[in-house]
Amino acid sequence: MASTHSGATARLMLSPAVALLLVWMAVPLAMTLWYSVHDYQLLMPRGHEFLGLENYVYFLTDPAFFQSLANTFALLVGVLAITVIGGIGLALLLDQPMHGQGIVRVLVVSPFFVMPTVSALVWKNMFMNPVNGLFAWIAQVFGMRAIDWLAEVPLFSLTLIVAWGWLPFATLILLTALQSLDAEQREAAEMDGASTIARFIHITLPHLARAIAVVILIQTIFLLSLFAEILVTTNGGPGNQSTNLAYLVYSQALLRFDVGSASAGGVVAVVLANILAIFLMRLVGKNLER
Amino acid sequence: MTTKQCLLALYASIATFFAAQASAVTLTIATVNNGDMIRMQKLAGDFTRQHSDIELRWVTLEENLLRQRVTIDVATQGGQYDVMTVGNYEVPIWAAQDWLVPLDDLGEDFARDDLLPAIDDSLSHDGKLYAAPFYAESALTMYRTDLFERAGLTMPESPTWKFIRKAAEKITDRDNGIYGICLRGKAGWGENMAFVSTLAHSWGARWFDMQWQPQLQSRGWQAAVAFYVDLLKKYGPPGASTNGFNENLALFQAGKCGMWIDASVAASFVSDPRQSTVSDDVGFALFPSRATVENHGNWLWAWSFVIPAASENVEAAKTFVAWATGKSYMQLVAAESGWADVPPGTRQSLYSSAEYRQAAPFAGIVLQAIEAANTRHPSEQAVPYVGGNFVSIAPYQGIGTVVGQQISAAVAGQISTRQALANAQHIAEREMTRARYLD
Repeated sequence: MASTHSGATARLMLSPAVALLLVWMAVPLAMTLWYSVHDYQLLMPRGHEFLGLENYVYFLTDPAFFQSLANTFALLVGVLAITVIGGIGLALLLDQPMHGQGIVRVLVVSPFFVMPTVSALVWKNMFMNPVNGLFAWIAQVFGMRAIDWLAEVPLFSLTLIVAWGWLPFATLILLTALQSLDAEQREAAEMDGASTIARFIHITLPHLARAIAVVILIQTIFLLSLFAEILVTTNGGPGNQSTNLAYLVYSQALLRFDVGSASAGGVVAVVLANILAIFLMRLVGKNLER
Repeated sequence: MTTKQCLLALYASIATFFAAQASAVTLTIATVNNGDMIRMQKLAGDFTRQHSDIELRWVTLEENLLRQRVTIDVATQGGQYDVMTVGNYEVPIWAAQDWLVPLDDLGEDFARDDLLPAIDDSLSHDGKLYAAPFYAESALTMYRTDLFERAGLTMPESPTWKFIRKAAEKITDRDNGIYGICLRGKAGWGENMAFVSTLAHSWGARWFDMQWQPQLQSRGWQAAVAFYVDLLKKYGPPGASTNGFNENLALFQAGKCGMWIDASVAASFVSDPRQSTVSDDVGFALFPSRATVENHGNWLWAWSFVIPAASENVEAAKTFVAWATGKSYMQLVAAESGWADVPPGTRQSLYSSAEYRQAAPFAGIVLQAIEAANTRHPSEQAVPYVGGNFVSIAPYQGIGTVVGQQISAAVAGQISTRQALANAQHIAEREMTRARYLD
């Protein structure tokens, strides 16, 4: 029974990794669950009394909760739309043979390597500032009123900042996918008299479907927990207009020192993210099966 | 030398090394990255020369991050820091929880009776001192004398809000980028709420009644916040809802503000020719009051050192705190970088020093502002709390943060003042119920 034997050995060999992963994941999750049903406010120690679902009730009825939920999805959809559409456009352009292709590609990819806090600060102070910013200067040159971007359209401004950082990632993935497209297929279609648009819709786009699914999946994972850009630009404001779920949990935990409701918020966020993940995995799964 | 001798010598040197290490105490000091604290770190050589058995390890952080780190450490009895830098908001709360070591034996050089009474009072709990003040501030009205002269206005020493409004209207010149008034608008309990809270107190309003019921929709709050929002919208710089202390400082130093009402520590920055373009044309007055109410809002903030009860090096920590906040530290700073750089606002002896008064022309008005601050009775109505630019209760950080967001949204024009205060009241009631102050 060599196969059973080697199977047991394999399991034994795997066990440290699995155990470590379990501890890594299960212990914090269990602690979060425990805190979320207890009274744990750092500044008001009252002996960690059991509260049942009170923390959840407070988190879910927080006046900022529904807005932050809406903001989370608005940011997600906005950034995905810009990066996927813009990414396809840029990938198509970069796929054309041209002079200095290597340098151009490096330049296009470089925003991805700028730290989110740094890029957000640059956008905030050098572009969007209504007194000293570049956009304000442009508006003044044309005799228009300077827009106070982060106060008047905070969510849109954030979407722009984040999309700028993620666009290169989408471009990179889509460009590599584009390069694997069979040139003969394209030539054949061209000889059959298919127009550029028809070739794009019937050949290029289906070929890119997998790559697009990957881009959407990976970006969703990161965008759901978007935080740094919000912290350094708007602090979730004005009001709650740019507060997303991650920022709301942060403000509970570290601005109000309320570990109980922050944990409850964390659990809510995990549940929501998992629901979304199920849909996304199905989408990707379908794409990969084809 | 033989190999054996070599080894012996090596052992001996290792042994001496460890012996020396064992006798030295290492103090971990958490502090904020403000100019005065950075200067203290540079001068700390003086301390380590006097106390060769104490080593100092600095953890220097930005204000919000510092607050998060030290609050978590002190609340969980972590014992990670031996000395923490906190404000007078935290001290009474932490002292009541027995999280702090009382500082009643800091030695002669510290001289508790030399502290300004308002400062001593704000750092004490049941008569015992729990924090040693490093520097303190109240709030002032800073204004441009040249712009006032051109507009034919004279700033009284104790202006009223009515006058401020009139002056802001006259001075505003949008075409030339001059805004009548700059005020904090950035959301945060230590940012816009420090100002708004002081403003509301000067208006006769209060945060809570004697049963801890929030009063944010009272007439006083409505009037004060409506006045503030209107003032900023009409005569403030664009983007006022995202301006905090530093943004306003930059605007004032660049000559874009006619008036700026903020922490008194700014007085030395705006009159320093090395960093301010308008240093020759700056005047100072008290924080405004309402005509019928002689109350300047009672803004008082003192950056102070505390020793957490969980520290294992309490004695060494006391030695350090006594050095950094004692009288001879003032002399040390004066000798090393001049009287104008001495940490202000904490000691009577500093304000009676002729050298300091000469080096800091704003000293008199700063002293007047600090002495006028009464944090036990900030409003003309009775209050159950301590504080002027904040309320010294544990749930205030949460309440101040969300109320600040609402008022910032009103300044940005996203919601009306009435709506902002209605939301604020709702949130404050929720938080107070959650903190078991209300049923």
